[in-house]
Amino acid sequence: MTRYALRAASVAAALGLWQLLTSLNIDLWLRFSQFPTVADVARTFADRLAGDDYWTDLTDSLTRILTGFLLAAVAGIATGVLVARSRLAEDLLGPILEVVRPIPAIALVPVAILLFPSNEQGIVFITFTAAFFPVMVSTRHAVRALAPGWEEAVRTMGGGRWRILGSVVLPGALPGIFGGLSVGLGVSWICVISAEMISGQYGVGYRTWQDYTVIDYPGVFVGMVTIGVLGWATSTAVELLGRRLTRWLPRTSYVPSGRPRTPRPEPTAPGPTAPEPTYPAPAAPAAVPTGTDPEEARDEHLV
Amino acid sequence: MSTSSETRETRETPGTSSGTAVGPTTGRATDQTTGHAGHAGHAKGRDAGAPVRGTRLTLRAATLGRPDAAALADVDLDVPPGEILTVVGPSGCGKSTLLRTLAGLLPALTGAVEQDGRPIGGPAADRALVFQEDALLPWRTLLANVELPLAIQGTPRADRRKLAADWLERVGLADRARQLPHRVSGGQRQRAQLARALAAGPRAVLMDEPFGALDAQTRAGMQDLLVEVLRGTGATVVFVTHDVDEALFLGDRVALLGAGSLVAVRDVPRPRERAAHDDPARVALRHAVLTSLNT
Repeated sequence: MTRYALRAASVAAALGLWQLLTSLNIDLWLRFSQFPTVADVARTFADRLAGDDYWTDLTDSLTRILTGFLLAAVAGIATGVLVARSRLAEDLLGPILEVVRPIPAIALVPVAILLFPSNEQGIVFITFTAAFFPVMVSTRHAVRALAPGWEEAVRTMGGGRWRILGSVVLPGALPGIFGGLSVGLGVSWICVISAEMISGQYGVGYRTWQDYTVIDYPGVFVGMVTIGVLGWATSTAVELLGRRLTRWLPRTSYVPSGRPRTPRPEPTAPGPTAPEPTYPAPAAPAAVPTGTDPEEARDEHLV
Repeated sequence: MSTSSETRETRETPGTSSGTAVGPTTGRATDQTTGHAGHAGHAKGRDAGAPVRGTRLTLRAATLGRPDAAALADVDLDVPPGEILTVVGPSGCGKSTLLRTLAGLLPALTGAVEQDGRPIGGPAADRALVFQEDALLPWRTLLANVELPLAIQGTPRADRRKLAADWLERVGLADRARQLPHRVSGGQRQRAQLARALAAGPRAVLMDEPFGALDAQTRAGMQDLLVEVLRGTGATVVFVTHDVDEALFLGDRVALLGAGSLVAVRDVPRPRERAAHDDPARVALRHAVLTSLNT
């Protein structure tokens, strides 16, 4: 509980500092006199929440990013596995991927405009490209780093190519893949907002830029806060899904969001999807009750 | 447990794998002749017309290793069905290479590698491999790991769950079945690996220093467990170790590797008898093996 109090206090302190600097019109090199106060932003936010446009923007942006991101996740994982597992695929796709990869996705706006009949598809394309490469690269690395013994074990059981893919490669690479998905999602947000600013109709990025052009600064801040909250919510969702699917990892080697995983006496986070912490470990094996052990892992293998 | 030697042997017929019970046998006494008694027992079993579960593994004038680095040259070795052959040699002498070749993971560079007279072209479910460590899939519970070979064979879910649970019970892990591998001890992981290797009823079990990472006490317990669970399976076993005492305790014969070749294969007097360790014949063999390893 103290940790949640700390977090709340940290946010409150930041907001308080902002309110103080702006309401006192501090002008010391950094100029806060033009800045909207927290109260201004909150008032505008409340107005926006009551209107329809805000929700249209929100759903538009979310639809774009989810479409692009999900396509990128599927394509990135598939390509990463293919390139890591097949020399032919590596030779055929490798050079193209490596040349396209350094191009910032947002620089593909002209390509998107030329290629796609509508802005909507162009924005999804840019979001897709942004997320694709981090996912592909981390999948490739994760697949190449798999312990060879796992695959050999399954081969000596008579398992074929698809069995190895489903029972060894994908589950084994999952921790690395989720690293790529987290990075990819972040880059996707950057690109979807930028693309909306350039060529969108509706969308949080579009609205934020509109507010800026009509000098509605509190509106700009509402947009920025919205982007921040959406980004935080989606990356938390990916994080939780990742933790749920990689519960088998010994937790000391995988600490999501940098939290120390020391044994905690207090009850853990609320929330319906929060996974049970797997630590503290039972001290003595003999102390583990049989059968209905709460530490017991669920069978979530892919057979 | 309705499993008996009869149902086990029906698995010899191709195409009966699904749903056939291959679980741990409790009727050890009846299986002893086919399973455990080495050469003589097997010869007798076959003369009596009983099907033999073990398989014959043969290497003829084989050179083994990677194409750029041959590890063993000119190996001639014949492992009759149901025999436990132990392989000892200094580290780096190609023990693992031999095993991986027999498993079908590594093709022979020259010569022939055969199972029952047919060339081994790749890995197959009837030659199970037990690794030194960390070969259990860490995201699967022990139970799910033991189920995996059964799933690959197409055993229906309910059957394979029951079989896997039976095997885990047999190796003394019934209460750890739902644990993930990293939450149990090294010895328990190796016991689970043993259960996984034997669950699908392989005809040969290839073991690559399976107890090498365990402490001496756990290791002795594991050797006894191995002898016990192998009894009744009739499987041919090739067991690689760097521990001479382990090799002499477990093996019907012991193969000595050294300096890139197979040096000798010796019969072991009174295998798998703890009391036989000071048998003069065993002591002499131990001495000979150690001498050969040190040269």
